[in-house]
Amino acid sequence: MRAWLRPGVWIPVAIVLIWGLAVLVLGQDTYRETTFTLLMFVGMASSLNILLGYTGYVSFGHIVFFGLGGYMGFYLISQQGWPLYVAALAGGALSGVLAGLLGSAVLRLRGAYFALATIGINEAARAFVSNFGPFGGATGLNLTFATYNAYGGATQALWITFICLWVVTLAVLIASLAVRHSRFGLGLMAIREDEDAAMVMGVKAPQAKTLTFMISAFFPGVIGTLYFFKNGNVEPGDAFQLHMSIEALVMVMLGGQGTVLGPILGAVTYQGLRGYLLTSPIFKSLHLAVSGLFLLLIVLFVPAGAVGWLRARLPKWRKVLE
Amino acid sequence: MTLLECNGITKRFGGLQALSEVTFTITAGEILGLIGPNGAGKTTLFNVVNGVFPPTQGQVIFRGEDITGLPPYEVARRGIARAYQVVRPLNDLTVTENVMVGACFGRETLSLSGAASVAGEVLALVGLEHRADQLAGSLNVAQKKRLEMARALAAKPYLILLDEVLAGLNPTEIDAMLETIRSICRQGATILMIEHVMQAVMSVSDRLIVLDYGVLIAEGTPAEVVNNQQVIEAYLGDPKMTERLMAG
Amino acid sequence: MFGQLLASLTDGLLLGFVYGLAAMGLSLIWGVMTVINLAHGPVIAMGMFGSYFLFIQAGVNPYLALLPVASLGLVAGFLIYGTAVHWVIDAPHLSSLLATFAVNMIIIGLGTAAFTTSPHNIDYPLGALRAGDWFSVSYTRLIAAVAAVAITAGLYLFLYFTRPGKAIRAVANNRMAAELMGIPSAYILALSFGIGTMLAALAGGLIATFFPFTILSGGPYELKSFVICVLGGLGNPLGALVGGLLLGGLEGIIPTIMPVSWVPVVEFGLFVLVLLVRPTGLFGAK
Repeated sequence: MRAWLRPGVWIPVAIVLIWGLAVLVLGQDTYRETTFTLLMFVGMASSLNILLGYTGYVSFGHIVFFGLGGYMGFYLISQQGWPLYVAALAGGALSGVLAGLLGSAVLRLRGAYFALATIGINEAARAFVSNFGPFGGATGLNLTFATYNAYGGATQALWITFICLWVVTLAVLIASLAVRHSRFGLGLMAIREDEDAAMVMGVKAPQAKTLTFMISAFFPGVIGTLYFFKNGNVEPGDAFQLHMSIEALVMVMLGGQGTVLGPILGAVTYQGLRGYLLTSPIFKSLHLAVSGLFLLLIVLFVPAGAVGWLRARLPKWRKVLE
Repeated sequence: MTLLECNGITKRFGGLQALSEVTFTITAGEILGLIGPNGAGKTTLFNVVNGVFPPTQGQVIFRGEDITGLPPYEVARRGIARAYQVVRPLNDLTVTENVMVGACFGRETLSLSGAASVAGEVLALVGLEHRADQLAGSLNVAQKKRLEMARALAAKPYLILLDEVLAGLNPTEIDAMLETIRSICRQGATILMIEHVMQAVMSVSDRLIVLDYGVLIAEGTPAEVVNNQQVIEAYLGDPKMTERLMAG
Repeated sequence: MFGQLLASLTDGLLLGFVYGLAAMGLSLIWGVMTVINLAHGPVIAMGMFGSYFLFIQAGVNPYLALLPVASLGLVAGFLIYGTAVHWVIDAPHLSSLLATFAVNMIIIGLGTAAFTTSPHNIDYPLGALRAGDWFSVSYTRLIAAVAAVAITAGLYLFLYFTRPGKAIRAVANNRMAAELMGIPSAYILALSFGIGTMLAALAGGLIATFFPFTILSGGPYELKSFVICVLGGLGNPLGALVGGLLLGGLEGIIPTIMPVSWVPVVEFGLFVLVLLVRPTGLFGAK
């Protein structure tokens, strides 16, 4: 298909591909760690964008799929001895299935009601997991250090986890691109612009939205498993932070919703800003306030995000800034 | 061949009786005009046919299949398309993309490239080919109405529901739109159109049906309908003015 | 056992009045301008801190301190409206959600820097109302509940019997029509927002009289407010009070039949259920 040759399509993928290769080649722990966090943000923001950017449905509970999928994956690794790769996929699958079940009900709500429902789901999940015995209740689950031996020791395990995350992030980007340039994606964007008109034109909105929800939920599940595996433990408080949902939203908004490049740009910028604020002596205690101010300014003045703004100003560059 | 049959369509919204026992048929290839005073239930009838909401009672039979109560996207797949009175363009998509949505999800479920070529043809038909890459939100009202038509056409429907597509157009634009409607009909589509611009709907329709307070009060050729006493009282008002309308 | 249930239920219901008051502000703002104020929690916390400082630093009776706390809430509302909400009021919902959340982040950020996250406490024990040795209700909770009801009554009098109140109801009903009738909608919206935050701050001030708190304490009350608003109907202040009682009652009863950690599961499960089945709330919106 001609679309696959457009620069805008391979630029985001190329960026992540090259970045990851660079880290692997350089072999430095610090680069790996920073990039790991970055790739996590990119993955979370991009997967959220598949729902938010293409259908216009704002989920404030995106983190719940990270938490639940991550918990499942971690449980399978730590309690059942499953290998990382399979457990991560299982975690993603659980999130996907859950999204499918919840989605068909919750996606009937529109606008702010949907957003509220997603917050409710996240909180209910956190409270449920805190009580759920097999998942360790309020104290969560732990990995014995010996588990890392199966991967060649702790350091090796960290590198393997990094590579897995890198692959997953590439997968999200490719999925996002595939949706965007498909007939399915066109239907989603029609839903975003005017859901009722889209249905009258023949778009099967309920099914399309649910499928999109499932796709956007799968990746956080995988990413969550990788993250908790690397940390060696998981607790309800860590897994369901409403804050992380909002941060993902900010990254998508900052970079530009509905584009593939947007979440990458947004994640990098946000992470950069956050890093700077946390280490700067003046702003250290104020980083939340400054981030908030930043978000406010974006919402008021550049709601289309950086990439959206550029696309509007430079129509000729539209094919590059996807 | 009977394309669409509406049997005893009744619709109540709480205490309000919007439609009562509306029964009529549409033959393939004809242009049927739907007229009536404001609030008569014309758009409600469209909504029932098109699946936006089901009737309280009654059936809608399309090409021999009972489609009563099916959701709008199922109705669209079976070949009924609609152009809205208050236009609803997909603002952040280009004109071409707008039309492609109609093409991809209508009667023929085309791929993106197939849809793109259909879009090109249809845009040429309605005269919007020069604005193909413009964002739909940036068009003026007349252009948006053409886009609305183009989207409906791109779905290659058997039946097109046109809801006051002439509203807000000047006489030249009206003539052009009527010509487009006639050519659509020549290419095989059947049209059910709600209109208030009397001269236009009289001149282009093969037959007319008249609604008043949700009840079908007349059915027939324009000449028959216009001389119908009930219609005149309800709607046209003055017999002499009617004559003038028919003549002019 | 029955005594325990009764005591727990009573505690819960009394608390429920205050929950209702807390949620009322959110409900009002939603009803008037279809905005969900995600800065609701921090404003409640501001009310708590306001009460605290007036009591600790200036020795003001916490109940008298409610007056300046209310004014603080009102002014804060005007500020938030003017800087953030006004500009996105007609934009898609996401914009107002994110704008108010940004304000939330700013307030929490500044608050954490100023007050840290360590707990604060207003020690104002008034003793308890007792009946026999199984029924004991602390006076602070009783007074808080009464205050909540009084404030609700005041709100109703305001909305139905004063000019600004009627203007607010007009704008809530149909903003464009209200403007056409000469009502300055921007000022009315600012006023409504201010009243909403004022109610939140008042709730905070009352809660501070019987619970310790931190700058982050507003968060759980904000979440409870969402649940209550959906239960009672977004936009329906009286519904918020009833919703609050419902939630408070649930919180009172549930710990007697299952471990207290299940309370949030029931709360949020109910929340999602009501959203799905009756999004306009048990009592209807507006």
